[in-house]
Amino acid sequence: MSTDSQQNAHHSPVLEFKSSSFSVPVLVLTSNDIVIIEQQLQEKIHQAPEFFKNSPLVFDLQEVNKLDLDIDVTELTGIIRKLGLLPIGIRSGTTQQNQQALELGIPIHSGHSTTASFETQKQQTPEPEQIAEPQFVAAISTLITQPVRSGQRIYAEGDLVILAQVSAGAEIMAEGNIHVYGSLRGRALAGVQGNTEARIFCFDLQAELISIAGNYKISEDLNGTVPNQPVQIYLQNHALVIKDI
Amino acid sequence: MARIIVVTSGKGGVGKTTTSAAIATGLAKRGHKTAVIDFDVGLRNLDLIMGCERRVVYDFVNVINGEATLNQALIRDKNCNQLYILPASQTRDKDALSQEGVGKILDELKKDFKYIVCDSPAGIEKGAHLAMYFADDAFIVTNPEVSSVRDSDRMLGILSSKSRRAEQNQEPIKEYLLLSRYSPDRVKLGEMLSVDDVQEILSLHLLGVIPESKSVLNASNSGTPVILDEKSDAGQAYADIVARYLGEDRPHRFIDDKKGLFGKLFGRR
Repeated sequence: MSTDSQQNAHHSPVLEFKSSSFSVPVLVLTSNDIVIIEQQLQEKIHQAPEFFKNSPLVFDLQEVNKLDLDIDVTELTGIIRKLGLLPIGIRSGTTQQNQQALELGIPIHSGHSTTASFETQKQQTPEPEQIAEPQFVAAISTLITQPVRSGQRIYAEGDLVILAQVSAGAEIMAEGNIHVYGSLRGRALAGVQGNTEARIFCFDLQAELISIAGNYKISEDLNGTVPNQPVQIYLQNHALVIKDI
Repeated sequence: MARIIVVTSGKGGVGKTTTSAAIATGLAKRGHKTAVIDFDVGLRNLDLIMGCERRVVYDFVNVINGEATLNQALIRDKNCNQLYILPASQTRDKDALSQEGVGKILDELKKDFKYIVCDSPAGIEKGAHLAMYFADDAFIVTNPEVSSVRDSDRMLGILSSKSRRAEQNQEPIKEYLLLSRYSPDRVKLGEMLSVDDVQEILSLHLLGVIPESKSVLNASNSGTPVILDEKSDAGQAYADIVARYLGEDRPHRFIDDKKGLFGKLFGRR
């Protein structure tokens, strides 16, 4: 046994946890009438059967609960599955609904204000301060003055400013904008947490890949761009636009 | 104060060992007491290039394991009495090296030597990592072709993030570019990257260009570092490199054909 564990110690790790974001359709319900829901859902699916076939789905009960309508999660899950969709989450359910979902093996997503807080708000008189005001978090920007070499990865939680070159095989990522005041030959991913307003600015675009909020272009698609020309890259109608500055 | 120089590249076959042998000999010939260490445990080559393969008794791993003292393992060069070689072990692998052991040997050598040249193995694994970890200066040996350039770039990234100087937030390792196996004719034909191309990709200080030369293979086969072949273009290129490293201002040669006149006169190809 001990030799086994010793051998295992020399093995390289076979698993790793990574964080990844997915785009999943959310079914927002405004009625608790299962019959009508089934009918309308079927019509929707009929319009694009390939798109909905075995598609994962999160159902959102915020509106239903706001209207104080009682909905049977078990029954709802049943018709969703019957129509060929795969429910993978419940959002904004009450404690009871969440419990029901968990029993059916459906995870709970705390996407936005859950109805639990909605319930407490109803009980207490809502204070005006509770209206969520935009919070100003000091934008953290990361400054790199050395070349980013092949194989190096840099992740910035805010903006990323690089005063040197980014070599082929390097990867730079930022939740905000990316500025490169040298040649950009590696991969640059701005708005990695889904900020579609993020932009990439660079003095010399020769990148292997550029991406904003998951929309990307690879080097082959950049053939039209001229090297040694300052450009900015931004998102317009889900397409990357490369423009001279 | 002693300086530790690592000769590294990432890619194999670009001329690390040839360069290590030439640089170490060049430094020693100019009167600096120099040691050259072969970090390529399991694929020992430096002793062949230095022509001391028949005098190896103890090796690097023996010293790390305490089976021999450093003085027992160091081999004095037959051409130059200021030069000592610490050969690698041929029967072991890189796991025989430990950071602690290497650090101890380098500290001991530092007391006695002016320059310590570490001949790195190819790759970016343990052997290469330990060869560069304690370095003060790095000679990046690159061939003018894309895969070698990219591997060098990767190595530069490792130097700037995983060396002792980087980990202890000291002044970073000084990095120098040595472009080897350079052939101006082929650059002209567009078959090879030019000096400018490589420098643009790596943005690194160029210490010298070593031309592709028959003399390198001859030198290897005969076990005399090519720098001792003063008539050869490659030997002169290495002499220039040593001089520039020591602070002399020498114009670059062998970059284009005109300046390569010496090479032509002395039977290059």
